[in-house]
Amino acid sequence: MQTDPAQTLAPPMLELSKVVKSFGPVVALRSGSLRLEQGSIHALVGENGAGKSTLVKIVAGLYRRDGGDLRLRGEEVDFTSTAQSKAAGIAVIYQEPTLFPDLTVTENIFMGRQPTGRFGRIDRKAMRHEAEALFQRLGVRIDPERPAEGLSIADQQVIEIAKAVSLDARVLIMDEPTAALSGVEVDRLFAVARSLRDEGRALLFISHRFDEIFALCDTVTVMRDGAYVATTPIADTTVDELVRQMVGRDVTELFPKTEAEIGEPLLEVEGLTRTGVFHDISFSVRAGEIVGLAGLVGAGRSEVARAVFGVDPYESGTVRLNGRTLPRRRPDTAIRAGLALVPEDRRKQGLVLESSVAQNIALVIRNELAKAGLITTGMENRAAKVWASRLEVKTNALSTVAGTLSGGNQQKVVLGKWLATEPTVLIIDEPTRGIDVGTKAEVHRLLSELAGRGMGILMISSELPEVLGMADRVLVMREGRITAEIDRSDATSENVMFAATHADGAHA
Amino acid sequence: MTAPAIERSAATKRLRSVGAAREFGILLALVLVVLAATIANPNFLFSADGWRDLLLTPAILVLVAIGQAIVIITRNVDLSVGSILGLSAYLTGRLFVDLQGIPIIVVFVIAVGFGALLGLVNGALVAFAKVPAMVITLGTLYAYRGINVLWTGSDRINASDLPKSFLALGTGQILYIPILTIIALVVLIAAAWFMKNTRGGREFYAIGSDPAAAELYGLRVTRRLLIAFALSGALSGLAGVLYAARYGTISSQAGAGWELDAVGAAVIGGVAITGGVGSVWGAAIGAVLLLTINRALPILGIPDFWQRAVVGALIIGAIVLDRVLAVRAKRRLIEAREEDR
Repeated sequence: MQTDPAQTLAPPMLELSKVVKSFGPVVALRSGSLRLEQGSIHALVGENGAGKSTLVKIVAGLYRRDGGDLRLRGEEVDFTSTAQSKAAGIAVIYQEPTLFPDLTVTENIFMGRQPTGRFGRIDRKAMRHEAEALFQRLGVRIDPERPAEGLSIADQQVIEIAKAVSLDARVLIMDEPTAALSGVEVDRLFAVARSLRDEGRALLFISHRFDEIFALCDTVTVMRDGAYVATTPIADTTVDELVRQMVGRDVTELFPKTEAEIGEPLLEVEGLTRTGVFHDISFSVRAGEIVGLAGLVGAGRSEVARAVFGVDPYESGTVRLNGRTLPRRRPDTAIRAGLALVPEDRRKQGLVLESSVAQNIALVIRNELAKAGLITTGMENRAAKVWASRLEVKTNALSTVAGTLSGGNQQKVVLGKWLATEPTVLIIDEPTRGIDVGTKAEVHRLLSELAGRGMGILMISSELPEVLGMADRVLVMREGRITAEIDRSDATSENVMFAATHADGAHA
Repeated sequence: MTAPAIERSAATKRLRSVGAAREFGILLALVLVVLAATIANPNFLFSADGWRDLLLTPAILVLVAIGQAIVIITRNVDLSVGSILGLSAYLTGRLFVDLQGIPIIVVFVIAVGFGALLGLVNGALVAFAKVPAMVITLGTLYAYRGINVLWTGSDRINASDLPKSFLALGTGQILYIPILTIIALVVLIAAAWFMKNTRGGREFYAIGSDPAAAELYGLRVTRRLLIAFALSGALSGLAGVLYAARYGTISSQAGAGWELDAVGAAVIGGVAITGGVGSVWGAAIGAVLLLTINRALPILGIPDFWQRAVVGALIIGAIVLDRVLAVRAKRRLIEAREEDR
């Protein structure tokens, strides 16, 4: 652990030490620590799920911490609302700005604190002049009288920054602000950030792009698994060092991958493109193979999966399954051809929470089950029983409502639903998110077993150990493109992470 | 680095007039209806009764529609307005019957306060229980009407029970303009000023435009919702008093079904049912158009059973029009931003 001893004299602008936050049994933040000095741009890095967003939301007043200290200029604070955090001079700019689309840009900047005259009348003229002055200062051209509707993400971020500046926020937190920005827009944002730093404000910059962190920030804090790892002046560290600190754990033997015989290609995707979402995606999944699709959240992995399955449209490219070209936007055809997609959000997309386990499992095969258009509970139960017992769904009865099951068992029900269709290729998005460790291993064993029987599996996962442990081949996506394809034997946390964060691919 | 002073691009200028154009359009439709009816029968406008009916008929609905518009702008809806109106109308009658000689102004204050209280109940249920307003106010629509039936029974207030000076309000005119119309106009101007020029008014728009963003902005959403529903209740309360003055006869069914006219008026007037867009002016003109069409259609010789269909077509037409305008406006706004670069 390295800290700069010269700066420990004056109290830092914002200081968090050993902050804890959990949601039910899930611990999102075990021990979050951060020292934000004034006149500094501080980077916060970490893998997905490292606890960065939770930490930011605590500072923003959206979440209340369960333990630990939060100090602003040396004084203990406890925010119970976003309004309090804002009043204390903290502004958070989220990745996706939240503006009022129907109101003008000026109103968006001043909402809730408009300058008023007699009888509480809003002084529109003063408000507009101030907005113009703000944009002038930030060096951007946006018509302050137009509605926020139709502005690009970059413009919306500028409006958020203008809001923060007009509030005279002393602490500015930017959560992945450059994720949706073009090169020119990034330069503009950085120019603004530097001028705010020179005014003595403290900036926290959350990003996955190391080149930007090294270009902009002066200090960097690394988090891993909900805890603080290290804070280092940017000049004293390297990309490799940061990546090591971010992943810094051993790939455990949690994932019992059995070797399977790899056969013919089953799923072949070529040149799949959807403007602004993903570009020129080509890959194949062979029989008996588990292909890991790694990358950061927002890299476009789930979007590719949805397009392949036929839920989302794409502009060009082809998807072939068992040699047959699948039509666009026809998930029903895809299912009949032998494709299955276990979605990322099982509560919203994977299950009918109010229905029983049996009804859920029998949902996709209902047409095959039905006799003369009618389905009885008996038919459903017979079909569901097979899968529930094979997947060891722990529930007393098949009539149990799916919503009451644990996350792991829900995931098994979703899997059972799709396996009941007897697919040849299974796409599974974040197979073990929010599942306890024991069930995790079970799901992994199951996937491994399915591959062993000749099924092709495309596994999207944000958990590096899972990808490294399970996949025969790792595809890495970054900003809508596949940036690396790494064989199981060559894949390491470092080269996958590097490909996920760097434009020029793996340096393995 | 300094940017040159920002010029309003032609596209954004055009757009800014779209909002006003929407209300102008509905006004134009109103003028056309009046014109057509007057050509068919000059008495529709050019007779003392015709002129009076034109102004007087919509006055009470205008008040209710203003309150409805405010609630809808916050992305909620108040279906209980008709029941609040009925209760407050009966309360007005009872006050005059039970407390002989009670000053009219006191009755106004009590009935408006009573309406506000009923509105506050709606607001509290919506804001604290976090149940959609559609369901909550559907519940209070029945509950308030139930209380009304329980209280009134088969009884009714008759014009003979009410003071002459009070009934005079309902039919009286100042400079050929009915007093009720003047009251509605004063309320309309005040409400429009409030919605346009105060923080409270603008926050209604903000909350309706994006409730999640309103939370992140630190706006006091709960309080604003309480105020919006209380305002709607108060205006329905006021409408109840005026209903009593205008009609004199108050049964337990006074104001039944008015919620549909109020929502219809707001939608026809360009208040987006999804919140954040529209004005109380639009809703008020919508109310006038709705009731004027009802009176004009028989004069134009349109059969009875077509009249409701015409109103329905008007509502659907207004929604489709707004949708088309919104899509076009969005496209133009994106283009305008490209031009600016």
